Amino acid sequence: MNDMTPTREQREAALEGMGCKRKRVEDVRFTQGKGNYVDDLKLPGMLFGDFVRSPYAHAKVTKIDASKALELPGVIAVLTAEDLKGVNLAWMPTLAGDVQMVLADGKVLYQNQEVAFVIAEDRYIADDAIQLVEVEYEELPVLVDPFKSMDPDAPVLRPDLEGKTEGAHGPRKHHNHIFTWEVGDAEETDRAFKDADVTIKELISYHRTHPSPLETCQCVASMDKVTGELTVWGTFQAPHVIRTVASLLSTIPEHKIHVIAPDIGGGFGNKVGAYPGYICSIVASIVTGRPVKWVEDRMENLSTTSFARDYHMTAEIAAKNDGTVTGLKVHVLADHGGFDACADPSKWPAGFFNIVTGSYDFPTAHLAVDGVYTNKAPGGVAYRCSFRVTEAAYCIERAMDILAQKLGMDPADLRMKNFVKPEQFPYHSALGWEYDSGDYHTAMQKAMDTIGYRQLREEQKAKQEAFKRGETREIMGIGISFFTEIVGAGPSKNCDILGVAMFDSAEIRVHPTGSVISRMGTKSQGQGHETTWAQIIATEIGIPAADIMVEEGNTDTAPYGLGTYGSRSTPVAGAAIALAARKIRNKAQMIAAHMLEVSEYDLEWDVDGFQVKGNPELRKSMKEIAWAAYNAPPPGMEPGLEAVSYYDPPNMTYPFGAYFCVMDIDVDTGVSKIRRFYALDDCGTRINPMIIEGQVHGGLTEGFAIAMGQEIRYDEMGNVMGASFMDFFLPTAVETPHWETDYTVTPSPHHPIGAKGVGESPNVGSVPAFSNAVNDAFGFLGNTHIQMPHDAWRVWQAAKDLGAHG
Amino acid sequence: MIPGEFTYHRPSTVAEAVAILASHGDEARPLAGGHSIIPMMKLRMAAPEHLIDLSGVADLKGIREEGGAIVIGAMTTQHELIASDLLASKLPIIRETSLLIADPQIRYLGTIGGNVANGDPGNDMPALMQCLNASYKVVGPNGEREIAARDFYEAAYFTALAPEELVTAVVIPVPPAGHGFAYEKLKRKVGDYATAAAAVVLTMSGGSVSSCSVALTNVGDTPLYAAEACDILTGSTLDADTVNRAVAAAEAITRPASDGRGPAEYRTKMAGVMLRRALARAAERANG
Repeated sequence: MNDMTPTREQREAALEGMGCKRKRVEDVRFTQGKGNYVDDLKLPGMLFGDFVRSPYAHAKVTKIDASKALELPGVIAVLTAEDLKGVNLAWMPTLAGDVQMVLADGKVLYQNQEVAFVIAEDRYIADDAIQLVEVEYEELPVLVDPFKSMDPDAPVLRPDLEGKTEGAHGPRKHHNHIFTWEVGDAEETDRAFKDADVTIKELISYHRTHPSPLETCQCVASMDKVTGELTVWGTFQAPHVIRTVASLLSTIPEHKIHVIAPDIGGGFGNKVGAYPGYICSIVASIVTGRPVKWVEDRMENLSTTSFARDYHMTAEIAAKNDGTVTGLKVHVLADHGGFDACADPSKWPAGFFNIVTGSYDFPTAHLAVDGVYTNKAPGGVAYRCSFRVTEAAYCIERAMDILAQKLGMDPADLRMKNFVKPEQFPYHSALGWEYDSGDYHTAMQKAMDTIGYRQLREEQKAKQEAFKRGETREIMGIGISFFTEIVGAGPSKNCDILGVAMFDSAEIRVHPTGSVISRMGTKSQGQGHETTWAQIIATEIGIPAADIMVEEGNTDTAPYGLGTYGSRSTPVAGAAIALAARKIRNKAQMIAAHMLEVSEYDLEWDVDGFQVKGNPELRKSMKEIAWAAYNAPPPGMEPGLEAVSYYDPPNMTYPFGAYFCVMDIDVDTGVSKIRRFYALDDCGTRINPMIIEGQVHGGLTEGFAIAMGQEIRYDEMGNVMGASFMDFFLPTAVETPHWETDYTVTPSPHHPIGAKGVGESPNVGSVPAFSNAVNDAFGFLGNTHIQMPHDAWRVWQAAKDLGAHG
Repeated sequence: MIPGEFTYHRPSTVAEAVAILASHGDEARPLAGGHSIIPMMKLRMAAPEHLIDLSGVADLKGIREEGGAIVIGAMTTQHELIASDLLASKLPIIRETSLLIADPQIRYLGTIGGNVANGDPGNDMPALMQCLNASYKVVGPNGEREIAARDFYEAAYFTALAPEELVTAVVIPVPPAGHGFAYEKLKRKVGDYATAAAAVVLTMSGGSVSSCSVALTNVGDTPLYAAEACDILTGSTLDADTVNRAVAAAEAITRPASDGRGPAEYRTKMAGVMLRRALARAAERANG
């Protein structure tokens, strides 16, 4: 060794591996406006498709006359359900076991539903033609309120299901009923309530909102009639699933379908499902033999593609006088809109909502979910959360606050008392999950100490006194949320999408000169996979992240995977990457042993190569080994250095966190200001702390938006109110609070690198913190529960109802 | 979000612009900053066959003082209003209000003429112009006339402007030095129209109000000049009882829509709260 030999630390730093705050490599193109999105794609002869949409929420479609549109120069064709019937595509299966109209087949079930698809030479002509398609409607009674869906005289929304008493998830008890999903022990739970010292019961609604990615849903379909090959570029969070579904629906063999997801401008669950736009573009390309592009506008995206939430949860907790919880009972009324197009693993009609016991040791619990139809857009996707987990976290965190209030206990103390204890992990919850790891008390205590929780309560008390004396019109709320997420879907034993098991995959190829190309079954929509996946590989095989190219989204080159949503990429594909890398390292060890003329058992791994135990100067770097792997492998060994791994996770992962929100509310206007927001996340092993922080900032901002005003509203006629960014609250930098982030690290014991996933925790965890802060602020005036969203006028209304306006 | 077909005109003089307007009548619309007309066209809620871009008309630009009044060319952008030293010294409420309109990118293009002439009750400048007792210079085929801001607005998007007329400038009498002023705007987020807003300009003398002007934004289908509130406040010391009566009088003239910003009752009450706060701030700023 000489002075120029890099130290171990220097070699480690050069890798930019796990734990490194590596800058996002994809940002080089994004910050220069050089991303490559679907709408950037321009193919020779490309046509444009656009929809005629229904102005009514519920109506019969009695006539569609496209003759005037077809007379317009540049209009190629107008597709209706009748045309799609010819190829058996007027309806399509949903991910939730229902069927959905691609184009209105005799009726429409929600405003802006797709009625006809106009195909034209350019977008302007297509839009002109839309105005010329004459559709006759016969209005039907509109059903907007899910609480009225199962009234005896409620209008029949789905005549196609008439007489069907059995749905995809069991018996249907009403013509607008989709499913009942029950988990837990009803009898035992009833007993807990009978024996309880204290019980609470509250209807906690989580309003309808929308993931609203900045890039809307879009695709380009191109059918090559000569080769019989179909290529579809699209905003797909799960490109392989789209390929399989497209093959099953179209009967084009799967190897002749190429699905490509280029750069995606945010997904948040909105881009998991299949939409009429995709089907119609594909059919249009097959019919015309030309590429067809379809691009949603903002209003179409907000009003028709998958919404999130619309869960109405009645929560009951049984407890002892000392605050120990003894039972949990939850009933959910789930509004799915006109079709059940909820994107959940197929066997889970209410997603993983049975995580609703949260971070607390409930000895018994019972949950029932009823899904119903209404005249609203279909969906029910996980908007930056694992399937229905944010609903569950909101439900239990709000209910725990209500219980604390009834007991006269501090809500932080109540949580501490009931947390699952570190020694209870792996913990089996009353509703059937096995929590992998956690240390809730440490995280909670760290959060309380950092934010100065007890002092804040003192300050709040003083402010309440001052308010009562008339010295101030401002009140203060402290919102606590201690959430447990369940992510990483999922184990094939209970998770599949339309029969496709929810594994994921990675392929790594080390080139002779020691650089790498790797491909995964996941698809980044902003998560930074090109950066973080390379970091895992860098640490595992000792090749600098800068020398590792990560590629996703092309089904021809990437191994089959289930895509990116539900914080599943790190728990599932992240594990596949580590395991593929380890296969490479194992082979490298044999090659190094051959090169050093020692037994492989005499070698040990050291940062970026193998060294002889006890004689570290005898070593071979991965770069040297890579060259040898191709050009001088040990006798009898296949040349090359690459590996593929498919990972079927043994369990989900359970990230958790302690969030605190300190809020000041102007009682006279209802305007709230977030004074502090502290988010402690435990996502297990941290791959890139800077990306985690960015993810947390983004998720907190979405949670803030949802809790404080982001809403898809309908009037009583089923008109979508405010489906534009004028009304749909998307906070700018001005409205967004300052975020304080923190962490603890409790690795997942069953994951190869101990990582749990983090992307969605901040959305799941923050919504209850904001809502609890608002509710907490009004607690001293007698408030128990104020429904979200907490926009200014509703907060003002709550203040008024509580007599705060004098 | 795709507009229909239209012909684009780019005149270089007012006369030319008015001539194009006159020859096409209802089928033509002037284009100033474009923040209202272009979204409306993309939504196909407006489909003018002729769009007359005024950005090439040099005469419509600029801010100058003319015999006790400030004259602002219709195509002066909100950014230019904010940057103007003349306005900062003579009419600081214009800067304060402009800074509450949308965001910097929009203010680089949005103009005072477009803001006042469109008749959108959500715009901030109309109420402010009523508060300042401004008038609009209007040119049509029959020459020029001036319309007082307080007489200009008839209903949402309906104004005293004829289809073939163009607002060329706003004329604002300079308020006395030492006047107090405030524009209080409640909005849900940057870029939103007001839930309610109140403009106040007043002068104080010996602890009491010697003159007062109040107008409200977006709580009716036009901007609202609160004459009765002004009468109540003038001569008072802004004591609690007087302010309460003035606020009640201002609230009484509101007719807000119920929308995503809140139900009508809330928006009326917010007009009152904004007025109350604007009065307090204006009084604090007034000398004398």
